[in-house]
Amino acid sequence: MQVIDKDTVKRKTSKRLRKNRLLKWMFFLATLFGIVVLATLLYRIFTQGVGYLDWGFITSFASRFPEEAGIKAAIIGSLWLMAVTAPVSLILGVGTAIYLEEYAKKNKWTRFIQINISNLAGVPSIVFGLLGLTIFVRILEMGRSILAGGLTMSLLILPIIVVAAQEAIRSIPNDQYEASFAMGATKWQTIRRVVLPAAIPGILTGGILALSRAIGETAPLLMIGALTFIAFLPENVWSGFTVMPIQIFNWTSRPQEEFQYAAAAGIIVLLILLILMNSIAVFIRNKFTKRY
Amino acid sequence: MSKSVRDMINEKNSNRSILHFTEKAAPLIFLLCAIVSVFTTLGIVFTLLIETITFFNRVSFLEFITSVEWYPFAEGNSSYGILSLVSGTLLITLIAMVVAIPIGLASAIYLSEYATLKVRKIVKPIVEILAGVPTIVYGFFSLTFVTPLLKNIIPELPIFNALSPGIVIGIMIIPMIASLSEDAMNSVPNSMREGALAMGSTRLEVALKVVLPAALSGIIASFVLGISRAIGETMIVAVAAGATPKLTLDVTESIQTMTAYIVQVSLGDAGYGSTIYYSIYAVGMTLFVFTLAMNLLAQYISRRFREEY
Repeated sequence: MQVIDKDTVKRKTSKRLRKNRLLKWMFFLATLFGIVVLATLLYRIFTQGVGYLDWGFITSFASRFPEEAGIKAAIIGSLWLMAVTAPVSLILGVGTAIYLEEYAKKNKWTRFIQINISNLAGVPSIVFGLLGLTIFVRILEMGRSILAGGLTMSLLILPIIVVAAQEAIRSIPNDQYEASFAMGATKWQTIRRVVLPAAIPGILTGGILALSRAIGETAPLLMIGALTFIAFLPENVWSGFTVMPIQIFNWTSRPQEEFQYAAAAGIIVLLILLILMNSIAVFIRNKFTKRY
Repeated sequence: MSKSVRDMINEKNSNRSILHFTEKAAPLIFLLCAIVSVFTTLGIVFTLLIETITFFNRVSFLEFITSVEWYPFAEGNSSYGILSLVSGTLLITLIAMVVAIPIGLASAIYLSEYATLKVRKIVKPIVEILAGVPTIVYGFFSLTFVTPLLKNIIPELPIFNALSPGIVIGIMIIPMIASLSEDAMNSVPNSMREGALAMGSTRLEVALKVVLPAALSGIIASFVLGISRAIGETMIVAVAAGATPKLTLDVTESIQTMTAYIVQVSLGDAGYGSTIYYSIYAVGMTLFVFTLAMNLLAQYISRRFREEY
């Protein structure tokens, strides 16, 4: 007596296998979609902007005439902004991470801070802009200055840095602590001489990625009122300023078509800077991250 | 040797008080750093709340939440009904999710269930670059490439419309959904896959009937976070969606989102103290409440429904 009809089994199995193969390709195409869009985006912007991109573009100020418009003020403005944002956000972020990982007791207060940080990471950046406008520009009367913009950006990227620093600190094994304590070192000495040096690659990697996010961020600085048209370089942190994304936004929203090319050229400069920063982060991660 | 060990110990001991001080001071300093983040949240809530209250002293709360007329710039008979901004935001979010959810989830399935380790190691970082592209670049891309492209399909499409920025926001969110869903699927133990494969399942059946249900909480949480990102996205809509607040489901029309309105006001010169000035805080408050609710929901889902293996 034959219970199993081999032909039926074969027919049904091959149908299921075909479906498997078909869907596999669809899943693959979906994955490819993102990559194709990315390639299209880069190709489009490069071909649009590369003809416009020359030394004059990088060393000229913004202008009403598209052919004379340059991005000098915006590049310098972005660098000034980083000069405020980087130290403030790194000190606050690493300090918070050390507190949470090394000193905080596992209680409700600690959990509250932790949840608070992950919620802050989900707050839209423009809301940070409203915060900066009210607190820094109006209440603390910093005006529409680099300082106000830099502090706003610091708060915006703080959660990213805290999380990265926490992970870097957490990955240091216990025997490192024990060895240090066994030598008679105090807690702070252990943190300063053992934990921090070991965690620095991880902290730097996360920090650079967070800063590259800040360089591309537009909305909060628009709220602060970073100017869209300036023909001077900032002299100190109290100066008015513009940054690359805002300059690009300004060109994008102009009716004349030539400004679109200026925008594309500006985007190329911005993307090159971002790729540079990301490569440094990847380099640090590959070169200095130790596995225990 | 001139100094005895005893001398050295005594010398060290005289430094004790300094050592003792730094030992005590360090945790306090770090606590202060940690408190900054708490104050940031308090600062956000208080500034939004106080300015929103001023706004509601001038405009009735009922009008704000029920009216569909949003004409803040009309002299004399300005009207503040947030519904048209909310509907614009939701329309954009809906389009974005229609793009991001299927593609993101399919990428996650491919990367976690089909791709070899080597392919995954190359493809995943490339897809994640999408998330690192500045949003102003996406806005430019949407306006100068996607909209003209869509015009070939829908000839009467205006330059500013909801469809193009919606699609582009969806593309921006793909890596977020793909990455978080893949993490959730990766944490499903291999023994479950092997069990199903041993029973004669195909890879597809393993993915859809075993792994997907097991990782569902993480996957749904990634969708919710994606929605939150789409609601709060600013520059793409500010560049490509136009500035026409209206209640519509027509994706080819120009609309305005909550974020784009805030940008529009901050670019103009709404004087400090004018009703328009306060209205951005009321809109910001609405935006904050929406995204906070989404973020809390995502955290709740991934905590409450997480299956431990």
